[in-house]
Amino acid sequence: MPSDEDEMLREMGLRSVDDLFADIPAGVRIQKLDIPDGLPEDRVVARVTSMLAANRTVVDMPTFLGGGLYDHFVPASVRAIVSRSEFYTSYTPYQPEISQGLLQALWEYQSLICELTGMDAANTSVYDGSTALGEAARMAHRIHGGRIFLIPRALRHNRRAVLANYVLGTGIEVREVDYDRESALLDLSKLKAALSPDVCGVYVENPNFFGRFEEQLEEIRAMTNGVLVVGVNPIAQAVVRPPGDFGADIVVGEGQPLGTQMNFGGPLLGIFACRQSHIRKMPGRVIGLTRDAKGHRAFCMTLQTREQHIRREKAMSNICTNESLLAVGAAAYMAVLGSNGLRRVAAENIRRARELAKAIDAIAGFEAPLFHGAHFNEFVVRRKKGYAAVHRALLEKGIHGGLPLTRQLPELSDAALFATTGRHTPEAIGRLLGALEALR
Amino acid sequence: MNFRQAYWDEPLLMEKRSAPDTDVDLADLVPAKIRRQHLAIPNLSEHDVVRHFTRLSQMNFGIDTGFYPLGSCTMKFNPKFTEELAALPTVTRIHPDQDESTVQGALRLLYELQGLLAQIAGMDAITLQPAAGAQGEYTGLLLAQAYHRERGEERHEVIIPDTAHGTNPASAGMLGFDLIEIPSKDGRVDLKALEAAAGPKTLALMLTNPNTLGIFEEHVLDIAQIVHDAGGLLYYDGANFNAILGRTSPGNMNFDIVHFNLHKTFTTPHGGGGPGAGPVGVKKPLEPFLPVPVIGLNGRGYHLNYDRPKSIGKVRAWYGNFALLVRAYAYILRMGGDGLKEVSERAVLNANYIRHRLTGVLDVPFGGLRKHEFVASAAKLAAEKGVRTVDLAKRLMDFGYHPPTVYFPHLVEEALMVEPTETETKETLDGFVDALAKIVKEDPETLHSAPHNTAVARVDEVQAAREPILSWRTAKARKPVS
Repeated sequence: MPSDEDEMLREMGLRSVDDLFADIPAGVRIQKLDIPDGLPEDRVVARVTSMLAANRTVVDMPTFLGGGLYDHFVPASVRAIVSRSEFYTSYTPYQPEISQGLLQALWEYQSLICELTGMDAANTSVYDGSTALGEAARMAHRIHGGRIFLIPRALRHNRRAVLANYVLGTGIEVREVDYDRESALLDLSKLKAALSPDVCGVYVENPNFFGRFEEQLEEIRAMTNGVLVVGVNPIAQAVVRPPGDFGADIVVGEGQPLGTQMNFGGPLLGIFACRQSHIRKMPGRVIGLTRDAKGHRAFCMTLQTREQHIRREKAMSNICTNESLLAVGAAAYMAVLGSNGLRRVAAENIRRARELAKAIDAIAGFEAPLFHGAHFNEFVVRRKKGYAAVHRALLEKGIHGGLPLTRQLPELSDAALFATTGRHTPEAIGRLLGALEALR
Repeated sequence: MNFRQAYWDEPLLMEKRSAPDTDVDLADLVPAKIRRQHLAIPNLSEHDVVRHFTRLSQMNFGIDTGFYPLGSCTMKFNPKFTEELAALPTVTRIHPDQDESTVQGALRLLYELQGLLAQIAGMDAITLQPAAGAQGEYTGLLLAQAYHRERGEERHEVIIPDTAHGTNPASAGMLGFDLIEIPSKDGRVDLKALEAAAGPKTLALMLTNPNTLGIFEEHVLDIAQIVHDAGGLLYYDGANFNAILGRTSPGNMNFDIVHFNLHKTFTTPHGGGGPGAGPVGVKKPLEPFLPVPVIGLNGRGYHLNYDRPKSIGKVRAWYGNFALLVRAYAYILRMGGDGLKEVSERAVLNANYIRHRLTGVLDVPFGGLRKHEFVASAAKLAAEKGVRTVDLAKRLMDFGYHPPTVYFPHLVEEALMVEPTETETKETLDGFVDALAKIVKEDPETLHSAPHNTAVARVDEVQAAREPILSWRTAKARKPVS
């Protein structure tokens, strides 16, 4: 039997597949790609697996990093759900009749995010927590018109850097508001000084960069007429009052803790939610509830006139491909845990972080948490004699300490941000404490 | 082919019976002022949750389900071995802030992937940071702006042909650049219009080649010359890269900047909307401006270099969608230079074959060869029978096919954009053409009321937009919904 190729060529009256490339001018042609020839599947698997074996995972090496991404336990059911190939091998659900399953799952994700945050609407995701902040600043500017966007000075530097690029072309000026050196919360007197009618929005995080619960949302809301944007950790949201209660306009956050692994920083899940009155200014894909021709409940992508494929250069954002599968995973994670499970995980995080801080604080030369008050699952550890040597010494013992703060905030160059989620075994904690003890 | 999609009258998670809330004592843990008393997320059995999402998945169509010729989206087979690799703990359970010495495998993979992508694109340097094609465009335009500024020039006009993807103008618009849209001539860039548009304010031309009609811009070197003579840069939208692997490269076509869509050309699964990955490649003069960190190799191993004074900074928090980059890397090793060339050969053969077989069924405006996709038009059918592209699309579902991209590009009336990809057999392509040939002869009423075999009937998208209900909270506040 002739091959598919031969038969198709013959049917088209062509001699060779080269005939189909005759429109590529000789001046730009190449003969082949200058990369090695292909390998059998098993050899690729062996090679990639062995290359990656050079990584030390958080399983091999007790790791106390957080700073936006956290090593939470992900139930196997979540992985099983996002591994359904009907979900993961589909494209954006442009054709709703044949994509109801994904559309319902994404609408449920939107609904669950709204329950967590107290907002009325959420999109199906943006790229990560940092681009969610960037998009929020742009949206605040669209809503309010003011030129200045205020952010905490104590903000993870990668978020600050991404924000700087996202406001280009808008005329937005980003200004920082310092934190109170005692409480580590936003310094309200500094905020007051920074506020003006030209401030389109104020961004504040709860918990904040230091892991402290930001207890002043009510006061901050009362102070500003601009758009209030609140950055959240979705797990912490299970036990703290939602930003919607305090009159927030937009809620953003890194959704990775909801059932996504750390994956060396990607893919991640940018949470983006807002009040109903702002939905036409929101970026990204949203799913709406409607009916089909027979009157059955149905779902479809909606408000597409905000988006790039319709509005082109006037679109709210250029985003097209987002992180939908992770949104389905987040919905599955929240559904598997339920409110009871989510609240239990959140409470456990607080307890474990508190215990760890207390144990580190008991070691001479270390202060933890550096800032007093309620924390979520991370906290600042300071060593007056300098922190850099601690980081190196821990690594030598096969332990990865927290995030050194030298590059983040110069006044904390002798400190690091430690996180724990409840996944650390007593043995891992013991090893950390033993190693720190040896440095006293 | 006969097809009937599953239908479950599946309640929403929030409509299911929830187990009671258990008390969590937060008194000592969260300050009273901000303590939450209640969270309205139902407590369900794990079995019910798995069953819920399994049922939903049965009401969804993926490329593992059937043919998915969605133009410009390159819906090819997603190999299963790359899923296994991406699930390794050495991928999933490493934190991006880990010390470089503890993630040498990951950094090496990224470094080698950069090298492979540079070769494939004919570029000198790559950043893997952008999360998707649109973010790649944004990054590329920032690089172009930085390049011009370094030379003391403020340029703010971006030229885009009318066949461009919507993300091109949207990316330029986000950055506040002025958009100059030029009309096409015979489905290709009109060189005269381009000459008139290019000038001292030209930041860049954004071009997809082959373009969204599937037509290769044969005058690409002239296009490049016009833009370069005006001092502008050439940006290659890599959405259609699947057409040219091993035959030409953006570098050879004199492009300065290119983005890849790894979820298209290098078949990382699209996940119902994402994640994707949109690495960007540049020629040497633009390298100093790449986002930080740049992954380097020196005597001590692989490292993350932040010491890049001319860098544009960051476009996302860490180093890119790593788990997708692992899949793309493994796919490239599997295919190799020889296999990737065959990918494009078969993709182009398949597209031209469908187009050939559609003769007499649907018009395909503009003559000449096509590359990996083509755009048909139902304009004649609409005029004669009142059957529009949307009706054809909906009816195709009844035969078990995902419809092509519809109503794009805008310059083709009643457009259907068909991209079969290389992983489809002749048997599948024939079945699709036969279905279309049958459909165009059907009674218009059957088409207007299609689809008939999907989980739900035609969805009222107008109603969804008129009164947007984007969450359960909003739905409850309005009226009963079921």
